[in-house]
Amino acid sequence: MIPNITFVIQGLAFFAVVWLVMKFGWPHIMAAIEDRQQKIAEGLAAADRAKAELKDADARVADEIKKARAQAAEIVDKAHQQANQIVDKAKADALLEAARVKATAQTEIDGMVGKAREALRGQVATLAVQGASKIIGREINADAHKALLDQLAAEI
Amino acid sequence: MLQTQAAEHESSSGGMTEYIVHHLHHLRWPREDGFWTLNVDTLFFTFVLSALFCLLFIGVARRAKVANPGKLQSFIEMVVVFVDGLVKETFHGTSKLIAPLAVTIFGLVFLFNFLDMLPVDMLPSAGHAAGLKYLRIVPTADLSTTLGMALCVFLLIQYFGLKHKGPKVFFGEMVSAPFHAHGAVAKIALAPANLLLRIIEEAVRPVSLSLRLFGNMYAGELIFILIAVMTLDATLSHFSTYLLGFGQFIAGFLWTAFHILVITLQAFIFMMLSVVYLSMAAERH
Repeated sequence: MIPNITFVIQGLAFFAVVWLVMKFGWPHIMAAIEDRQQKIAEGLAAADRAKAELKDADARVADEIKKARAQAAEIVDKAHQQANQIVDKAKADALLEAARVKATAQTEIDGMVGKAREALRGQVATLAVQGASKIIGREINADAHKALLDQLAAEI
Repeated sequence: MLQTQAAEHESSSGGMTEYIVHHLHHLRWPREDGFWTLNVDTLFFTFVLSALFCLLFIGVARRAKVANPGKLQSFIEMVVVFVDGLVKETFHGTSKLIAPLAVTIFGLVFLFNFLDMLPVDMLPSAGHAAGLKYLRIVPTADLSTTLGMALCVFLLIQYFGLKHKGPKVFFGEMVSAPFHAHGAVAKIALAPANLLLRIIEEAVRPVSLSLRLFGNMYAGELIFILIAVMTLDATLSHFSTYLLGFGQFIAGFLWTAFHILVITLQAFIFMMLSVVYLSMAAERH
């Protein structure tokens, strides 16, 4: 029970272990623990940042979708307008063309009526002369009564 | 858990007293008694367990991984963080020594104490078979070990005080506290009393540190030996052998279970008191 000189060796051995642990053990394990703590803190911060970024991105995407929708609506509107314009223009063109064709036809008809009238007028003079000569019984000199006949034809 | 082969031990030449005395005797070299001799068994187990502790702690620390620590590393980190927290709560300065010292005290004292969990006759009878006359395996049940450690702590306390206060305050306090005086005459008059109190205060610490741990472990070992004695010299033909054998099993089980608590607590107390003493040494009165 009474201590002997062993205690000196025990004390030195204990001190040696303390020194070894302090010099070669403790710093490494503390460094590992602190590194890990820092990494965890960084990871959490990064996660928070990523969350915020995701929120931002979501907002941007929603914005873009809204914009795209508006644009699409605008395009559709424009297309409608254009289509209406095209139809209107086609209508107007068609009407114009119809009028032009009608006018041409009218002039042709008018020309033809004129010609027919001229032809009839000529024939009226001849018929009138023939009729008169038959009534009178003699031949009327067409040249002699040319003035009278022309007047007659003009009156018809 | 316990040893029924206690019977075969020294049964012929002395019985119970002989058995107990034999179990409490160190393997000594070069002399059996006196101050100038070494407890070889204590030294051997101290070195083996210290080497184990160093290998475990330093080995794990050097290969410590930041990501994905292994189970052993996690365990050691748990202890380290626990002790570091305790030290930070108690000691409000910066010191590279105090936390590693605390971990070493706790680890070593626990390992030393843990040898008490081995059956009392297991290693001694193995030693006996190998030709060793005596063998005590628990280093902390030897006052030399606890005194050696406590004196180390004592020296560290003095070093700490000197380092943190500076020699002027350190030595000045020895004669000026706890009794403060004003005026040169009163100071000189109170100086011897202060110095005496200081010496007592400082001397009590290693004594109480070493005796507390030693006493607990020695008593624990003694009770294990007494439990073992229950079936000493027993023969299978006696009814009492079965009764005592059962009693021995129950008593051994209970004391071992309780002793798990004691060895952990004593390791913790030794560590905590050392930290507190060192913290006090660094603070001004």
